[in-house]
Parts: sequence; structure tokens; C-alpha cells
Amino acid sequence: MVSQPQILQWLQAYATEIEQNKAYLTELDAAIGDADHGINMDRGFKKVSAQLPTLTDKDISSILKAVSMTLISSIGGASGPLYGTWFLRASTAVVDKQELTEQDVLGLLQAGLDGVLQRGKAQLGDKTMVDVLSPAVAAFGQAVGESKGTLEAMQQAVAAAQRGLQETIPMQAKKGRASYLGERSIGHPDPGGTSAYLMLKILLGVLETKLLRK
Amino acid sequence: MKKLINKPEDFVRESLEGMAAAHSDLIKLNYDPTFVYRADAPIPGKVAIISGGGSGHEPMHAGFVGKGMLYAACPGEVFTSPTPDQMLEAAKQVDGGSGILYIVKNYSGDVMNFEMATELARSEGIRSLNILIDDDVAVKDSLYTQGRRGVGTTILAEKICGAAAEAGYDLPQIANLCRRVNLNGRSMGIALTSCTVPANGTPTFELSDREIELGIGIHGEPGTERTAIKSVDEITEILTRSLLEDAPYSRTLREWDENKGEWVDVELTNLPFTKGDRLLAFVNSMGGTPISELYIVYRKLAQICEQQGLQIVRNLIGPYITSLEMQGCSITLLKLDDEMIRLWDAPVKTASWRW
Repeated sequence: MVSQPQILQWLQAYATEIEQNKAYLTELDAAIGDADHGINMDRGFKKVSAQLPTLTDKDISSILKAVSMTLISSIGGASGPLYGTWFLRASTAVVDKQELTEQDVLGLLQAGLDGVLQRGKAQLGDKTMVDVLSPAVAAFGQAVGESKGTLEAMQQAVAAAQRGLQETIPMQAKKGRASYLGERSIGHPDPGGTSAYLMLKILLGVLETKLLRK
Repeated sequence: MKKLINKPEDFVRESLEGMAAAHSDLIKLNYDPTFVYRADAPIPGKVAIISGGGSGHEPMHAGFVGKGMLYAACPGEVFTSPTPDQMLEAAKQVDGGSGILYIVKNYSGDVMNFEMATELARSEGIRSLNILIDDDVAVKDSLYTQGRRGVGTTILAEKICGAAAEAGYDLPQIANLCRRVNLNGRSMGIALTSCTVPANGTPTFELSDREIELGIGIHGEPGTERTAIKSVDEITEILTRSLLEDAPYSRTLREWDENKGEWVDVELTNLPFTKGDRLLAFVNSMGGTPISELYIVYRKLAQICEQQGLQIVRNLIGPYITSLEMQGCSITLLKLDDEMIRLWDAPVKTASWRW
């Protein structure tokens, strides 16, 4: 189970994580893109962070939708619509929920991924966030299929996301501005993939914290 | 960098404020989010046409807001896509109940942000469609796009579709017309100098006094070839040949399907110009080239078209889709039919375009 307060915690912790990794994400983007991923994400999630106190009495879907609107109106570029879409689609998968079962989380993750796939038209192996999100959803789905709980499924999802991120390092980019660097894009993890991995890792951290408290 | 700006970060806002003050009879300016809209909108029963994109291409798009053309324009930061909240609020402001057509230039950021805007407008009960413009024959993929970039044909589509909206066409009719204009238009540009983005303060690229860059886009992105400077006649010949000799171009674009209620891939193919075609010839300044030089380009363009048996029946010459103060020009040729000619000739009254 994932509760509404945990969703709020996750968003706050992710905003902090992005702030701390702003320079790193931008550095990754400087290597293969236009050197603004960290700056853009931080601008968006700072707005989210400021907005969270106004969302404490909302259901999970409404929270995710509000986050989506904030991101798309403040990030810009390609990351704005991609993360905005992820949160928007995720929100539509969990309408009216105050708490999420593992099936709900799977639906949320799958809807977010589907949205990103549709919006960005990227495929596996293009060296994008899809290379991180897609194996994570698959691993989560498999764990749920094996009757694992949310925490264990998320642990497997994050492990798969980490492997997916590692696999972007030797890839040559095929989408986005990085693709025009051709072979020069080889040797770096994808910046969008990195921020996507952090998003899942932080969610896992929030779930594990609750477990420890028990 | 020498520019008539106060602070780089105030460039877009202060420019819009001056424009709104100068044309208060025609347009209004909204902040938070930023968009420019027709003072008399919404107009019940008329489809509203909205466009937008990065700033720095003036008068496109805000200069084309008014009677017979755009209902609203959403400017982004310099050379940066606007965001969907701007497009959504603009749609709410100008929707007269007959829906919105978003005219979108094919750049990754613009495409994704306008797609989101279309979905958001629909989720709020505003019927909306978007049509992509991808007419730049210079590149297949560019720094900013999958496929060809959207350039000069964009404003021709805005004029023609704006007239159609005024004439009472419904939303699917205007979307079809817009698609048809895109499929019949081709553009290519050339730069003599770089532009300087205010926030950066230095020229985007370096060109020596003896070099020109062929096939540039409107953001100072690289062209296809850097070459020794040539005469205007030679440059015009290169640009025109690129348009006339462009082979059939097939690609997949994404459009909203109202019946299915989802995005669908649409296969589209441009057909080459052929002898006897009636053309609109558009010679555009990139911002820093005076009209006298554009006329020298037009002189040669008209000669080539005549030799090829192509009939220029309408023309447009001047700075319409610019790249800050860049010196250079682009040529757009659009194959016209009777309906397009009628709509082209229809009255228009905007800040920067009127007849």
C-alpha cells in the first residue's frame, strides 16, 4: 500500500533530490545535450515543492494532476511535456484514490510510461528515460504477478531501472538533441534516464522508511 | 552585443507591452500565462486559430493577431517553445464555441507542448485540433526536430486559415485546409550573419566576411553547407532550385483524430511543383536584410519561375518570420488553388499585416 501522505513525502523528497543533483544532471546534459536538464527540472520541482502544502487534503490523483500542470507550465523544452505527461497519465490511472494497492501502483507506472512513449515517440534503446522506465514497469508487473507486495515490487523495479540506466551508457542516442552528436553521445548515462531513475529510487526510499518505522 | 533592450530577461515582456500599447484597438495582452489575443474575441460561431512559438521571430506570431488571421498567439522565451498552460488559457479566452485550431511548427518542444495543450483543452470541453507545418527542404532532421522544420509556410497557413475562419468554415474544414497549405509549401533559407540571443550576449555562430550558411533554420541552428559568398543571383538560384527540385517527400505526422478520440499517425506526401502551377512567392528577411535586397532576390526568383513555366500569381516580400537581427533571407513557394487565392486576398487587419 502507498498512502496519500507517502505520495506527498515522495514528491518533496524528489524535489530535494533534484536540487541536490541539479549540477550533475546538467553536467550529463552538457556532455550530450544542451546543458539545461538539471536547471529545468529544478525550476519545475521547486514550484512543486512550494505547492505541496496546498495539496495536503487532496486525493492522490488530484495531487499528481496538480504536479503535472506545475511541471508543464514551468519546465518547458522537452522535459516539461515528458514529465508533465508522466504525472498527468499517472493521475488518470488512480482517480479518487487516497491509497494505492500494488495493482494501483502498477497501473500508475504503466500509464505514465505509456504517456511518455506516446508523447516522445521514443523506443527502447534510443537512450532516453524510456530505457529506465520501461524495464522498471516490467519488473514491477512481474513482481505483482508473483503476488509480491508493493515494497518488494518497487525494490525490483528500482533494480531494473538502475540496470536500464547503466545500459544507456554505451548507447548512441537516437532521439532528442543528443542524437545529433552521433557517436559522441556514447559513454554517458542519459540525463532524462537519470532523473527518471532518481524518481523511482526516491519513491522506494519513502516506502522503505515506512517499513523501518514499523 | 549592442541592442535596444533594457535587461535581457525583460526583452520579451517589454516588447509585448509596447506592442499592446501601440495596437490597443486590435489586441490585448494577458500575463501569467502570457498570450496576445484579439480584442474582439471570442466571436461566437467562428473557429479560433491560435499559434505560438519562441520569441525572436517577430512579427510572427503576435504581429498576426487580429481580424482575418490569428485569434491568439503564445510567445515563449527567445527561441524557446511556449508552455501548454499559455495555449490552454489562450484557448479559453478566444474560443467562441466552434473550436480551436492550433497551427504548430515542427520543432520537438513546440510539438509536444501543443499536443499537451490540445489534450488539456479537450479535457476542459474545448474542441481543438492541431496541424503541423514542416516545409523546410534544407534538412531531414535538425538540431531541434524529427523531420523537416516548420518555417515560412506557417504564416501563409495562418493567413489563409484565418480568412477561412472569418468566412465561417468549421473546424475540420479549416484543419484540412491547413494541412493542404502545408503539403503545397516549401521553404529554404540562407544566412549572411549570425543572430545574438539577448540572454547569451554573443553570436550563436561565427561566419567570416567571406562565408554564407545555406539551409539555416530560424534559431541560428546550423544549415546544410557553409560556402564562400556568392552573388545574390547565384544564392537565389540555389534556394529556388532546392525548392523546385525537391523530390516527393513522405513522412508521418501526428494529428488528433476526433472520431477515435486519440492521436493518430497520418502519412503525408508533398508532390513536386510542376509546369503550369500557380504559385505564391514569399521572400522573407531573416531580420537584418533590407527590403531592397529582398527585391533583388525576388527579381531573380521571378525570372527562374518564368523560365520553368511556373506562374507567380501572388507574392509577399518583407520581414515576416525572422531570426532576431540575422542577415539573410528565405524563400517560400506555395502552390495555390482558387480557394486559397480567394482566402489569401480576403481582408486582414493585424499589427503587422493588413490589406
